[in-house]
Order: sequence, then C-alpha cells, then structure tokens
Amino acid sequence: MAIMKDSGGGNDIQWCFSQVKGAVDDDVAEADIISTVEFNHSGELLATGDKGGRVVIFQQEQENKIQSHSRGEYNVYSTFQSHEPEFDYLKSLEIEEKINKIRWLPQKNAAQFLLSTNDKTIKLWKISERDKRPEGYNLKEEDGRYRDPTTVTTLRVPVFRPMDLMVEASPRRIFANAHTYHINSISINSDYETYLSADDLRINLWHLEITDRSFNIVDIKPANMEELTEVITAAEFHPNSCNTFVYSSSKGTIRLCDMRASALCDRHSKLFEEPEDPSNRSFFSEIISSISDVKFSHSGRYMMTRDYLSVKIWDLNMENRPVETYQVHEYLRSKLCSLYENDCIFDKFECCWNGSDSVVMTGSYNNFFRMFDRNTKRDITLEASRENNKPRTVLKPRKVCASGKRKKDEISVDSLDFNKKILHTAWHPKENIIAVATTNNLYIFQDKGN
Amino acid sequence: MSSRGPSGEEQKEMEDKVASPEKAEEAKLKARYPHLGQKPGSSDFLRKRLQKGQKYFDYGDYNVAKAKMKNKQLPAAAPDKTEVTGNHIPTPQDLPQRKQSLVASKLAG
Repeated sequence: MAIMKDSGGGNDIQWCFSQVKGAVDDDVAEADIISTVEFNHSGELLATGDKGGRVVIFQQEQENKIQSHSRGEYNVYSTFQSHEPEFDYLKSLEIEEKINKIRWLPQKNAAQFLLSTNDKTIKLWKISERDKRPEGYNLKEEDGRYRDPTTVTTLRVPVFRPMDLMVEASPRRIFANAHTYHINSISINSDYETYLSADDLRINLWHLEITDRSFNIVDIKPANMEELTEVITAAEFHPNSCNTFVYSSSKGTIRLCDMRASALCDRHSKLFEEPEDPSNRSFFSEIISSISDVKFSHSGRYMMTRDYLSVKIWDLNMENRPVETYQVHEYLRSKLCSLYENDCIFDKFECCWNGSDSVVMTGSYNNFFRMFDRNTKRDITLEASRENNKPRTVLKPRKVCASGKRKKDEISVDSLDFNKKILHTAWHPKENIIAVATTNNLYIFQDKGN
Repeated sequence: MSSRGPSGEEQKEMEDKVASPEKAEEAKLKARYPHLGQKPGSSDFLRKRLQKGQKYFDYGDYNVAKAKMKNKQLPAAAPDKTEVTGNHIPTPQDLPQRKQSLVASKLAG
C-alpha cells in the first residue's frame, strides 16, 4: 500500500521519538509543570509556558541537506519570564503566574510576536534577533565606559559589525484589568488586528495596539449569582471569518456568535448541543460533558470539542449533533467515582488538528496520547516515555484492557497512573511533527517517512 | 411479595448498573458520601470554581472578625488542612510560606 505524503493517515504515519526536553528527575517542582504548548504559523518555532510564568521558545534547525531524511531538531531559541505572581490586595488573593495560553501572531517582519496570558493579564511579547552591534563610538569605549572628552581628537563614524546571535524578548503591550474571573482562552482574529480573551463569565475584544480599553462582547454573569448554572470554558475566533467566534460551556454546549449581529453577543447565532437521553443522566453527566477545549479546523468548516471522555467533530452547518465522535478512554466511565474523589474528573484536556484536518489528537492518562484518523476511522494510542527514546525507532502502539483477561503488553485500567496526564499537545501546521507535554517534559515526535 | 427473583424495582436497578456503569459509579459515590446532595451544576459548586486562588492574611478582615467574635475563637482551619479556603479567616499562623524566587526553566537547560 503506497503511503502518500500528507495522506494524514494517523496509522499510515509511523511515529518516532525525536527529542525530549526537561529534567529527568521524578521530583517535579511546581513551577516546571508545563501549562501550554503552541507552534507558530510556520512551525519553525515552538513555544511552551509553565506554571512558573516562564516561556521557552524552541526553533527548528534548518534542514540538513546531507542528512535529508530527518527534519531539523528543535533547540532553545529564547526563554523569558512572562508573568510574575501578583497580589490582589482588595480580595487578598494571589494571582498565579501560570501561563494559561500562548498564541502566536503571524509574522509580519523580522521579529516574532506572541500573546501570553495568565489568569488576569495578557501580554504581547516581541522576540527579535540581534546579530550585529555598533562599534567605534566617539565618546564611549568598547566596554561602554565614557571617554574623557578632552582626549578625543578625531571623529569617526560608528559601524555595525557582526556579533553572536542574541535573541531578545521584550513586552510590547500589557493588557490588564479587564477580567474579574480567570482567563481560560485567548484567540487572535483573522484580521490580525484584534483578539479575544475569555474568562469564566465574560469575553472581551481587544485591539492589539490599544491596552487601556477593551470591549465586552459576551457576558453570561447572572444578576443573581445564585442563579449561575454554567461557565465559559473556552473560546476561539473562526480562522477565516473575522466576525465569527465560538465559546464552549461547562454544560457541554457551544455557541457560535456573529459580531455583525450586535455589539453584545449574548444571543448566539448558533447553539451546538447533542441531545442527551434523560434516562442515562447521572451525577457525573454534567461534569463529564463540560467542554475543556474547542478548536476550529484549519478549513473553518468544522470545529472539534473535547470533553472528559471523548472528542467530537461538529459541522458548523449542523447544530443538533456532532458529525463524528471519538472515544478517548471510555474505560474510565466505570471509574468515575474514584476520578471524582481524586479530582481527575476535572482535568482539562486539550485537542488539536493536523495541518490537513484529517487527523485529530488529544492526551490521556499514563502519559498516553491518542490520534484519530477521520478518513480511515482508525485510532492509535502512543506513550510519551523516556523508555522509547531511540531516535527513528517507531513507537509501539499501546492498549488499555478495560476488563477481563489482560493480554500481554496490555495495561489494565487499574494500573494507569493518573498523575501522568497529557493535557497539552500541538501539531506542526504543515509537517507530521508533534509536540506532546507530560507534566514537566516536552516530547517531540516525527514521522519516520520524512 | 414474590419469593422468586428480584422485584420489578430491584430488577431495574440491576439493569441500570449493567447498562450504565455511570449509574453504578454514582451509587458508589452516594454510598461513600451520603450527604452529597448538591448537583454538580449547582451555583455553589460553580462559584467555588470561580474563586480559585490562594487567600492570604487580610489585616482588615482579621480584626473585624476578632472584634465581632470578642471572646469566642475565630473559625480556624482544621489542623490537617493546608489550604485556606471558604469562610475561614486566615491568621498569621496559617499563612503559607511565600514562594521561592524564580529560576530558569529546566526545558531550556
């Protein structure tokens, strides 16, 4: 069977370990917990954010012409402290520095720009390269000390000379004080001028140039907080239509809003909700239906949602049910009681599309992650582990045994490590390269057939 | 009362457990926590979610509460609890230690 490049077949791709970043030791410092992973638009840069408020950006090496069978490795390009812990004196609450989301702006000039956010404040960072510096000043020595002006007898024109590459990150805008509740999403509009930020109850629209004002476009806070029944869990702009965005809720619904309809988009244009059989309802139903992530396909025709046990693909033209549903770890349905007790039932898994929208990926427990091929309907479970870290060795598929006799190489549900969760994954926009974050390590896997 | 086989209600319950592992898990949870009355979608549950964040010692709250209580004890956290939550008013003794100063990420190492 011929394997076509970009066929996107999740199982025609042979995933191999490429790199792993981070400390080996088991004792994980809280600050090192990875909280977000994002490729930029070209895939050349890969950014991570962590609980300690730090951003690390990796850059892909230019393809080595001699060893043309392997894509470039990702090496550290820049690292900086994006957010610091803050204190809200009015409420005596600490504001965590944890980076909730990073979103890249498309590149317009030599510099790169990204938005990073914690619970309360969004920052626009400029990452620029400096590879030359001026030399030959008249009034300063090379080390910066000022010369005695009386010793200057000639004038010269300073010139730029090459220097070792230096990558600098500087905060260009700080968008603060617009969110009472905790920011869960940021999304850059296709107009590349505005972006939205969403917290539990409100969504705001910003202009990238303006920091002292933002427009509230969704407000679901009830007049009486006793009537609160759902919160916003994620929001995203449509990739092509600059007037359209969606937001998901803790009750498993997605609302699509059109900013042309009104200034305040409290009334949705479309409501996506899968009908539920009321006789199947349990104490857990609402919790596991809460959507933890929503992502538009690159085409803009579909959107994907992640709830606790499944991934659903919705056609924007059909509101009453998803067009595809993939079970991530259905075997957990009979473990919900203990997952509620250890709080794992509230874990927020993200999901992502491959570049051609043919395969979707999401994480699970035990450092497993899952891919679903929408065309072949086949799925695969892989593990991010240092035990498989021989480059160019194809990863072995994993299988969880739900009940009954466990076959060799299968893992029983009760042996799963629920502390090893893969919440954040990212897929290169053009290639079959994926970044998978375990608690404190970042794994990069590549297609063997590159 | 039938002496043969389960009654209609019991039979339905058994069928439920087989057909719905979720319902079986719910029964387990209710057995462990009989006072768990609140639905997860209730506003209390959601409001707690909105308030996540470590509360610190507030001099104003503390003194107002002390004045109100006069001779009574302030509501204190249970000795085994490490988190300060809800209605509890933090006292200086309860204060968690301030975080360590930040170092470089190990991903960049």
